[in-house]
Amino acid sequence: MIRVVIPPSLRTLAGVGAEVTLAVDAPVTQGAVLDALESRYPVLRGTIRDHGTLQRRAFIRYFACGQDLSHDPADTPLPEPIADGTEPFLVIGAIAGG
Amino acid sequence: MSGVRVLVGTKKGAFLLTSDGARKKWKVSGPHFAGWEIYHLKGSPADPDRIYASQSSGWFGQIIQRSSDGGKTWETPGGGMTQGPGGMPQGESNKFVYDTSEATGKPLTTHQWYDGTQHPWEFKRVWHLEPSPSDPDTVYAGVEDAALFRSSDGATTWQEVSGLRGHGTGPKWQPGAGGLCLHTILLDPKNPRRIYIAISAAGAFRTDDGGATWKPINRGLRSNYIPDPEAEIGHCVHHIAMHPAHPNRLFMQKHWDVMRSDDAGDHWHEVSGNLPTDFGFAIDVHAHEPETIYVVPIKSDSEHYPLKGKLRVYRSRSGGEEWEALTKGLPQRNCYVNVLRDAMAVDTLDDCGIYFGTTGGQVYVSTDAGDRWAPIVRDLPPVLSVEVQALR
Repeated sequence: MIRVVIPPSLRTLAGVGAEVTLAVDAPVTQGAVLDALESRYPVLRGTIRDHGTLQRRAFIRYFACGQDLSHDPADTPLPEPIADGTEPFLVIGAIAGG
Repeated sequence: MSGVRVLVGTKKGAFLLTSDGARKKWKVSGPHFAGWEIYHLKGSPADPDRIYASQSSGWFGQIIQRSSDGGKTWETPGGGMTQGPGGMPQGESNKFVYDTSEATGKPLTTHQWYDGTQHPWEFKRVWHLEPSPSDPDTVYAGVEDAALFRSSDGATTWQEVSGLRGHGTGPKWQPGAGGLCLHTILLDPKNPRRIYIAISAAGAFRTDDGGATWKPINRGLRSNYIPDPEAEIGHCVHHIAMHPAHPNRLFMQKHWDVMRSDDAGDHWHEVSGNLPTDFGFAIDVHAHEPETIYVVPIKSDSEHYPLKGKLRVYRSRSGGEEWEALTKGLPQRNCYVNVLRDAMAVDTLDDCGIYFGTTGGQVYVSTDAGDRWAPIVRDLPPVLSVEVQALR
């Protein structure tokens, strides 16, 4: 199972805790993980990626295993510790005012 | 009438304020959707337990919330957790896609940017939700960048009323300081095919055929801050109010000037009269006195707080021109809050209640047409919108 951590505002919106687990078929890519997340929690559609283009929203970043994957193509395979569930895939809201 | 429910949208969540008909003792519920900007909430006139809310965030975009029990519980239409593969809701209640189809007859691709160049239309948020007077599942949304959307399935899916952007003046619309927003939607209670809307900074528009075709209704407006002060398009209309018994009579608070039309917007004339300044955002009409109107004069260009630190509502009982300051119960020193365009409302109880919220987090009520005011709450986040429902 893939572990995904989403920001507090989206946890409240989706009614989940800090971490959710998802079944994702190989190859485990950033796009496949987000597809699975939005399929399980439709309320998250449009909050992380644009509805139509699936482009990452401007104030969202993706991290895994200490690496910033925000600018990787969606079909890039994620590191093995993400694919085997050792490490979580992190969806993070950019730090900014508000 | 057994009471009222005041729906307050703030920068950090929604609050519901309820009271009996006396409107002296209040129960406060909230924050709902804590931490999110709630630009607007509004209840369905056809079913007061049905309430729609616009929830948004610079980080996470737009969410539409819906309640069917008067705000006790909320749902995102179609957004619940799926239980299995296939055939499940798609969570499209926050999907606002501009119509660029052939059916509109023209590609609706750009509007004017601050510097006069053309800029693509980009959806940012819902500013105003206007439920149908007759069907709880039908609701209109005014959005930024300016467009009108409609849902007929309880906000589960949205379709653009594309005739508005398609009528031809769209490339001349330009954003005001708050963005290019469609912030006012007035549904004519006597003629379901007539709708008024207003956009900053484009002006006011009207359809008489249910949204298929639209025309600008800005004749008589004069705005010295645009190249042609009397242009058909480009006026920064802040808000429009209408008494439901007289839907052809409109009152407008423009960026500067308080205006009035008696012919459904075809012609406007200024009724600022003796106001100390005719800049402001909010405007509303007494529920039982169609010629009694309210504004909150605000110092401008850039200050956007009350004159001399005195928070004063101005009332005209003659439909404009002659105004009186209402001060009892309102701070008359060191007050530097603003009252935003959607942050004033009236109830329909026999003693019409007038309400407004401030950027300082106060929500005030008057139960005697504005003679005396009292705070319902004092320390909310900055108030973006106030609506009120009379409950039987």
